[in-house]
Amino acid sequence: MEAFGLLLHGFAVLLTWKTLLLMMVGLVLGIFVGVLPGLGGPNGVAILLPLTFTMDPTSAIVMLSCIYWGALFGGAITSILFNIPGEAWSVATTFDGYPMAQQGRAAEALTAAFTSSFIGSLVAVLLITFLAPMISSFALKFGPPEFFAVYLLTFCSFVGLGREAKHKTVISMSLGLLLAGVGMDTVSGQLRMTFGSTELLRGINFLVAVIGLFGISEILLTMEERLALRGHAAGISLRVVLSVWRDLPKYWVTLVRSSFIGCWLGITPGGAIAASFMGYNLAKRFAKDQDSFGKGRIEGVFAPETAAHASGTSALLPMLALGIPGSGTAAILLGGLMVWGLNPGPLLFVEHKDFVWGLIASMYLGNVVGLVLVLTTVPIFASILRVPFAAVAPMIVVSCAIGAYAIQNAMFDIWLMLGFGVVGYVFKKIGIPLAPFTLALVLGNRAEDAFRLSMIGSGGDMKVFWSNGLVGSITTLAIILLFWPLIDKALSGATRRLRPAKA
Amino acid sequence: MSNTDIEIVVDDPTAPEANSPAVTSNRVVDTVVSLALLALAITLGWDNWRTGAAWDATGPEPGYFPFYLSIILGGASLYGLFAAIFSRKEASETFVTQAQLRRVMAVFVPTVLFCLATQFLGLYVASFLLISGFMRFVGKIAAWKSLLTAFIFTAAMFVTFDIAFDVIMPKGPLEAALGY
Repeated sequence: MEAFGLLLHGFAVLLTWKTLLLMMVGLVLGIFVGVLPGLGGPNGVAILLPLTFTMDPTSAIVMLSCIYWGALFGGAITSILFNIPGEAWSVATTFDGYPMAQQGRAAEALTAAFTSSFIGSLVAVLLITFLAPMISSFALKFGPPEFFAVYLLTFCSFVGLGREAKHKTVISMSLGLLLAGVGMDTVSGQLRMTFGSTELLRGINFLVAVIGLFGISEILLTMEERLALRGHAAGISLRVVLSVWRDLPKYWVTLVRSSFIGCWLGITPGGAIAASFMGYNLAKRFAKDQDSFGKGRIEGVFAPETAAHASGTSALLPMLALGIPGSGTAAILLGGLMVWGLNPGPLLFVEHKDFVWGLIASMYLGNVVGLVLVLTTVPIFASILRVPFAAVAPMIVVSCAIGAYAIQNAMFDIWLMLGFGVVGYVFKKIGIPLAPFTLALVLGNRAEDAFRLSMIGSGGDMKVFWSNGLVGSITTLAIILLFWPLIDKALSGATRRLRPAKA
Repeated sequence: MSNTDIEIVVDDPTAPEANSPAVTSNRVVDTVVSLALLALAITLGWDNWRTGAAWDATGPEPGYFPFYLSIILGGASLYGLFAAIFSRKEASETFVTQAQLRRVMAVFVPTVLFCLATQFLGLYVASFLLISGFMRFVGKIAAWKSLLTAFIFTAAMFVTFDIAFDVIMPKGPLEAALGY
């Protein structure tokens, strides 16, 4: 029960007025970016990151993670009231949420969404509390080959399990890994891929790339759309909240199932998007009257929201325990940690106990505060959408530029951000996924270091990745996942041949 | 029915028309991007080869890891090139219509000008110009509203970053004249 004591200590660290205030600010900013079209979790965190540079690490990470929670909550508001999913993982919420709003049950749908988000996150945070210390103490025994195998597993699972065309995922990932290597080589001190440019000596900063890829490109993409919208405004009364909560126990199967799916998909880099759809589809499949889905059924809101938030939260588990982010936003939080010289991974639990448990405690508190905050302030946030996009767009551009410049005080970074904005716009339109790129860029140097250290240790023998049971099984699993689509096809082909009568 | 139900309606007068002709197809863009990535892979691969991509006494040379990545990138883009050329599906997909491109440029060109202005006039003056200009000329919002919003936003940024949080932004002649 060491974890429990440390967690209580974490709460004690947090319960100051200053931290609570920062939490509120973070949540409000987060909901704000979640509601606004053209911004979302990763962009919001990336743009607001510079604000936290001058804080101490604990306050900063509390604020950042609250921005993250806020963005998760905010996405639900627009999908229910306006049928516009603020985030890709809110798409499944619109299926039943918007019909509910049309029937005048917006308040009910919103309460359901916020409550299930809360439950989903809570389950995931509980998982983090008890699993993360165990995984990290296990991972303390890892040497460079094991770490490289884990990185390999992450990359391979993106290629094998992703929905995009395989070669496009490979392009995105290798490009990210290559760009991570630009600049001074950390092992030999030699310059690489700088082509004599002094600006490139610093390397390509991860956050600058992210601000461009997500912030600027999102603005360009949003401008393509017709921005007119019509929807419902809703206030939530206490009576509605209580009546929804009274019905909650009826849906416990859905809630548990979705939390489980969410946690599972969040830890493996499958992401919140897949989780929300899977939660919705399973709830539909197991329901007695499937036809009522899509027409304003409250379960259709519970299922995807619980799953999306459980996975959004549990994506932080591998980040904290192993230093491998489970989602794009987690990758950016990881980039933030590195700015303060904190190296996420198993050592974090040993060297910065206060920080880790402060962060975990802030997940509990942030969720409670967030739930209360969104339930009381929904009408205000819904009216943000009245602000014309022509006013919002230039402000976002300015915030992006401030963010990009503040990281290294370099004008070059503003131009770099602009370049990445164009790259992100084009990549998104032709279906090259950005998440593998983000992940590769943030993990590139560590993956390379792990690889080189294991090579140096073994004298250049590739067999080091199969030298013991642990590293061998991780490496083998990685290779299986890489070729999973082929294996899957072969397996289903084989079963079809064995049982031809059934087809 | 809940009685708090009020409709929120926002119009978009400058929205791109739906029937605007396509500028180019996804196939063309995909082909160009694949070629560009291939060229990048070759350039980076060559540079890493020059740095040293072999083994020496202490282990892999600095160029080793990125060199093989360049090969992976090159291979994937070569595959992508052929996939794009022979893809019927992408040929029928519109990359961008003329009306959409006009709107995208309406935000992209001001952004480029903003970056240029930041270099010479400092970030705050540039941001004031961008916000007020964009609201007035692209959003067709009343001049006083545009100027006021731009001023308040820029001032708020200045107070937050330069004064409260000590995050120093690039400055130009105006700030110098004011003594900052």
